[in-house]
Amino acid sequence: MRLAVWTYEGPPHIGAMRVATAMQGVHYVLHAPQGDTYADLLFTMIERRGERPPVTYTTFEARDLGGDTAALLRAALHEACERHRPQALLVGASCTAELIQDDPGGLARRMGLPVPVIPLELPAYQRRENWGAAETFYQLVRACAGPPGPRPPRPAGAPPRCNLLGPTALGFRHRDDLQEVRSLLAGLGIAVHVVAPLGATPADLARLPEADFNVVLYPEVAEPAARWLERSFGQPALRVVPIGVGATRDFLAEAGRLAGLAPPAPAADASRLPWYSRSVDSTYLTGKRVFVFGDATHAIAAARVATEELGFELVGLGSYSREFAREVRAAAAQYGVEPLVTDDYLEVEARIAELQPELILGTQMERHIAKRLGIPCTVISAPVHVQDFPARHSPQMGHEGANVLFDSWVHPLMMGLEEHLLAMFREDTEFHDAAPPSHLGHAAAAPAPDLAAWAVEAERELLKIPFFVRGKARRNTERFARERGVATITVETLYDAKAHFAR
Amino acid sequence: MSGAGALPTGAEAGTARPPVLRERGQREVFCGLTSIVWLHRKVQDAFFLVVGSRTCAHLLQSAAGVMIFAEPRFATAIIEERDLAGLADANEELDRVVGQLVARRPEIRLLFLVGSCPSEVIKLDLARAAARLSRRLLPAVRVLHYSGSGIETTFTQGEDACLAALVPEMPAATDRSLLVVGALAEVVEDQLRRLLTALGIGPLHFLPPRRARDLAPIGPQTRFLLAQPFLGETARALEARGARRIPAPFPLGAEGTTLWLRAAAEAWGIGAARFREVTAMAERRAREGLLRLRDGLAGKRLFFFPDSQLEVPLARFLSRELGMVPLEVGTPYLHREHLAEELALLPAGTPLSEGQHLERQLDRCRAARPDLTVCGLGLANPLEAEGLTTKWSIELVFTPIQGYEQAADLAGLFARPLVRRDRLAV
Repeated sequence: MRLAVWTYEGPPHIGAMRVATAMQGVHYVLHAPQGDTYADLLFTMIERRGERPPVTYTTFEARDLGGDTAALLRAALHEACERHRPQALLVGASCTAELIQDDPGGLARRMGLPVPVIPLELPAYQRRENWGAAETFYQLVRACAGPPGPRPPRPAGAPPRCNLLGPTALGFRHRDDLQEVRSLLAGLGIAVHVVAPLGATPADLARLPEADFNVVLYPEVAEPAARWLERSFGQPALRVVPIGVGATRDFLAEAGRLAGLAPPAPAADASRLPWYSRSVDSTYLTGKRVFVFGDATHAIAAARVATEELGFELVGLGSYSREFAREVRAAAAQYGVEPLVTDDYLEVEARIAELQPELILGTQMERHIAKRLGIPCTVISAPVHVQDFPARHSPQMGHEGANVLFDSWVHPLMMGLEEHLLAMFREDTEFHDAAPPSHLGHAAAAPAPDLAAWAVEAERELLKIPFFVRGKARRNTERFARERGVATITVETLYDAKAHFAR
Repeated sequence: MSGAGALPTGAEAGTARPPVLRERGQREVFCGLTSIVWLHRKVQDAFFLVVGSRTCAHLLQSAAGVMIFAEPRFATAIIEERDLAGLADANEELDRVVGQLVARRPEIRLLFLVGSCPSEVIKLDLARAAARLSRRLLPAVRVLHYSGSGIETTFTQGEDACLAALVPEMPAATDRSLLVVGALAEVVEDQLRRLLTALGIGPLHFLPPRRARDLAPIGPQTRFLLAQPFLGETARALEARGARRIPAPFPLGAEGTTLWLRAAAEAWGIGAARFREVTAMAERRAREGLLRLRDGLAGKRLFFFPDSQLEVPLARFLSRELGMVPLEVGTPYLHREHLAEELALLPAGTPLSEGQHLERQLDRCRAARPDLTVCGLGLANPLEAEGLTTKWSIELVFTPIQGYEQAADLAGLFARPLVRRDRLAV
């Protein structure tokens, strides 16, 4: 048993849901107890999707356990096929259903359903979300891409083409990364053949073997499928993840090589990051101590950008992606820092507290740590919450992605002049060590002038009003009291004023 | 036993009661673990340790993670592969995790071991574990247990199970007293306390208390008033200790609050004049507040998906005090005895549904095209995208809504989505 305050990844069936939800024409029948439908709100609320995930849950209850849960599952399978008419059906179990062992996949296959059934074996007590996504995508590709064989030749005169593998639902900036990568490839004259899982149908997966090579955008999701395509169809994989200026250059060079194109002329000013980072206002960024944690891909990419492109000093590098522990250790060795491969939040917290960095580049969870320790923080990786699914275009990859990285990593730091002045004058009542950077707009609350006498009980009642409307409630009540010549504000006055001003 | 799709859809004709549609199928609801999200704030020295899987931990952090940017007073002991291999091992592991937790949070006085679907299915005996751990940790920490599993509980039923677990811990009393049952916002609790005290009702206690050590006494002279409609088990446990329930509708809206208070006043033999004197001003304030919102809401058609068991009292309030028209009132569970007063007040013929077959209910909702659909967050945005206006229901358990001073706020929660729809020009 393991004590968990926060978890970096959900259970593996969440990964399967991310793949199913990303695709079109795929439905997922999930054997799960009542309540596991909470997962829907990850997609409808955090990612703000305007449609329900294509998931039918059996939502069994205790009274069903005395009976035939397999019958419940059969009914759900029939109904899902009937109502949603998918091109392919994923069938699997959540952690509780795994314990009762109804064998959902086997049962579905024996039913002779009118669609291809892909059974999912996701060991919920050993594996986690990203593994579940990777396994689901791999199984889907295997089932749809047809038997291994030679790659069909490219039509004469057609440009070289590649598949983009890895973007899913609930992926950190997947939507915008995709747009950037498409434009990078278009600039080279390489056509994008199939993007999967995001937006692909099972029929699209059948066309995967036709491309010249695969771009592995998110190895946590796409690596097993890419490796299988490599083995089965001799399709090479492009494994440079274009996060940061240097990595984007490497990506373009490698894409050109795989497409058999002449090396492209380097476009030096494609991203603004290099100039911004060289400009004198960035001088004070030099050697800022930064701690990096996230999924392996984003953490390793961030380490390179932080050290080579922003001039920070990397003091720690870690990841919760155990599947990519080797890559994380290799990167940490390269920067001469101790690697941290763990999904134990408390361990990450302890390491950060020990290292005392000036900036944390992490996940939603590191925000909790940063807040507690009072350290500036920016989110660079899933898990993330709703604020990291922004309306504006905000890629991490490519040239524009590098611009986004520059702005969002520098923003939480104290601005240069303010930092200098703080070191010179330490006794200022407004700008002092403990105050947050003033450009983040947290002004010290000015004490309200005493306009009317508050009865002790009324004052106490006022404190029960949520802080963000308390100031207004106080002003309204005092105005109300003044207008009516009330000498002492009581609880009744407070509520009379609330009723009076409510609109 | 038949499968979900094969179950009959039947309308039951109760005697002088509205018909109830009973359905089974996919249910789009939270499990009882979710109630930890508010209970851990209500009882300030309690800690909730879920014994479950990664899914349970993920649920809690998805449901609460938005709001909580500090270490919360809940956590999950995640069952791993090796715990499944042998149960004796699982007990030792649990003891170790609890030891770790108590060392990390020494201020904790009450620890709940909260059962989940996995712990129920492998029949991990949390009752015995709680007794064993209590023996070891008392007097510093008392350890109790209840189940918040999805297979046994729906959303707010988690609070019911938690409070029921507290009842045996309540000290015995012989004196007459009033107990108000159900977690309420502090501001609401204080308002109700003032009104009941002004009426001369007392001694007065609340369950749950704000601190575990302040557990109310209970005995055969105790009368209790439910402040929430989802407390079936807790009521049974209280009755088993001799306390008697005062039947009343729930304190939602001006009318609901008056009837709720009056039920207590009558049990205490307080005269009508005295009652008016104490409540008139606040009730008038509430009615005036509602009047301002009535124009925007009267005649609007409402559809409730099942969620918290608050649906029936809410439909009663919205129809009677604001003139809204309930097309279907879905509830995960219909406690007929506790809701008798509410059902009597609902407009005649209001269609009720208990349980859920999600797809069929969605079909009915789409066909009816209500003006306002009350539903969970898994459905709200998809229905908005279909052009239906929604009010997400979870907010109703996270917001102070009971009592006179909150009546207009409660109506405001339903008015806001409609106002917003009118206001937006994009």
